[in-house]
Amino acid sequence: MTDLALGRPAADRDHVLRLLQTYGVYLGVAVLLLVNILFTPHFLSGENFRTQAVQVAPVLIVALGMALAIGSEGVDLSVGSVMALSTSLISLYLGYGVWVALVVAVLGGMAVGAANGSLVAFIGVQPIVATLALMVAGRGLALVLLPQLKDVRDPNMASLGSGALLGIPYPVLIAAALALLVAFVVRRTTFGRQLLAIGDSRPAAQLAGLPVRRVLVLVYVASGALAAIAGLLATARLSASDPTSLGNLMELSAITAVVVGGTPLSGGRVRIGGTVAGAVLIQLLTATLIKHDLPPSWTQIAQAVVIVLAVYAARERSKR
Amino acid sequence: MTTGTTSPADPVRTPAHPGADAPTPDRAARSERLSALAQQHGALVTLVVAVIVASLSFDTFLTADNMENMAVSSAFLAVVALGMTFVIVTGGIDLSVGSLFALGGVLAAWGSRYGTAVALLLPLAVCGLVGLVNGLLIARSRLAPFIVTLAAMLGARGIMLAVTDEGSKTYLVDKDTFFATLGQGKILGIGAPVWITVALFVAGAVVLRRTRFGQYVYAVGGNEDAAALMGAPVARTKIAVYTLSGLCAGLAGALNAAWLVSGVTILGSGMELEAISAVVIGGTLLTGGFGFISGSLVGVLLLKVIQNVINQIGSLDSAYQQVVSGAFLAVVVIAQTWLGRRRRVL
Repeated sequence: MTDLALGRPAADRDHVLRLLQTYGVYLGVAVLLLVNILFTPHFLSGENFRTQAVQVAPVLIVALGMALAIGSEGVDLSVGSVMALSTSLISLYLGYGVWVALVVAVLGGMAVGAANGSLVAFIGVQPIVATLALMVAGRGLALVLLPQLKDVRDPNMASLGSGALLGIPYPVLIAAALALLVAFVVRRTTFGRQLLAIGDSRPAAQLAGLPVRRVLVLVYVASGALAAIAGLLATARLSASDPTSLGNLMELSAITAVVVGGTPLSGGRVRIGGTVAGAVLIQLLTATLIKHDLPPSWTQIAQAVVIVLAVYAARERSKR
Repeated sequence: MTTGTTSPADPVRTPAHPGADAPTPDRAARSERLSALAQQHGALVTLVVAVIVASLSFDTFLTADNMENMAVSSAFLAVVALGMTFVIVTGGIDLSVGSLFALGGVLAAWGSRYGTAVALLLPLAVCGLVGLVNGLLIARSRLAPFIVTLAAMLGARGIMLAVTDEGSKTYLVDKDTFFATLGQGKILGIGAPVWITVALFVAGAVVLRRTRFGQYVYAVGGNEDAAALMGAPVARTKIAVYTLSGLCAGLAGALNAAWLVSGVTILGSGMELEAISAVVIGGTLLTGGFGFISGSLVGVLLLKVIQNVINQIGSLDSAYQQVVSGAFLAVVVIAQTWLGRRRRVL
């Protein structure tokens, strides 16, 4: 946050490096866009952009919650399972009306988040283990509630998944609204400042009298709620509930988006704009490779390389 | 996070009121011994209780067939957990083992046509190399273990898919080769993988407890800076444990391929989590510096007994197994944190 206030006369190379660290992810997105515009046929069509945006929406929403968890020096591995739980709950409660189902799904996600948060905040379990336990148990619970794939036939759900306002699909609008909301919360609210303070140094925050436990529980509840929303959007788009595979490896995609976006894993900083760009970057990378007929294996290898490069670049920043 | 060096997230280390209610030294020592005992042997006691309850409840549980089955299916996870134990004792984590397990299996099955040596050495070389790269990035470039091995998990699965024509090709192992015997053979009625696993665990326990390298592993996990000041080769130790973890995962994959006589591509996803759960249940602290090899074996067996019991209750879906395992893991870490807090306060 106080990068420039150190007063050290920055050499040109340092300066460029720092700019690259801060804005590298946007540069990456721009380069990928440019490459695609030049080399990919039919890339510049509204339809294509709409498809890409709809595909990135769930990852983006999950990544927002993940950014909060990582900002508090934690991590939330249970997000994929929360998506599965949310899709199971929707199927179960759709009989009571679509709104009841949606509310129950989000409440389910918040309950998992509350469990995560309590383990982390009150018992002092490391976030990675606490959310690992909920990740295993959450997926199991989702499968107990709904053992196999089930079609979701509901006009409201269908319109949520494929409807659009002014040509922009609902999932994209919801993702954008949530990104703005989370950015506002991080930057402009007491909760956001407290979260960053705790991520910077939990003992210091505690000594300063911040409500550390309450804030931590809220962070994981928010992450759970966002994952549940992503789950219900994915359900609406697929018009089916598939608790076996929905959200698989989602925690990895979300962590990748956050890390590539420049949020340090050591906590104390959250970059929402970067997270959005990170999610878009991964989506564009995948789409580019697929459109040029490269097999999925290459996509995964490329993703691995991007993660390592992003973390390697961020390393310099944390060393200063 | 599990960066190991700094863990300010742990509030119990901030002395709120040091010695405010310190018991007498005698009682303190006894209490500390008790909580250490609970931490070391809690999993073993639970395992014994679980086995007794299961054999009383199900006639089919304590049969030789079922026992042998459980032992062989535990063997592969156990070998992965062995490597993971070393990594976790240094305060790190290795998320790439599931992918390396699958990659090892595929490479072994592919290599088995050129003889047993290739079938074993190829997966060991490739998986060991991935582990080495993990270790170099973590120790020399000081990147977070969590994120490096996460990338390796994606990368290794990518390589595995590239080798198998996007996962559509399953290489088969010839049943008459010596390599297949490593998985299929039996000595004294017990499968070869079980013997190999037992031997590896004995070796692992000796290395961790009785060698200089093992002491370095504990030292690095206990306090990296102190270990460095003491003259321990911190970077080399870290590189070694990640390489070891890669080797273990590759070997487990190869043995599994020999057992299944084919290189199955869909295996191994989620295995890293199972292995971490087993290690943690076995009493090893994720913060590093404390743990033991035997505990990880107990942790693996406990997970497999839970799985077996739930399979025996025919009416219960296998999804319950995940619920129970997850809940169990939560209970264990709560107990560990509580015990650890008591010990540190004293």
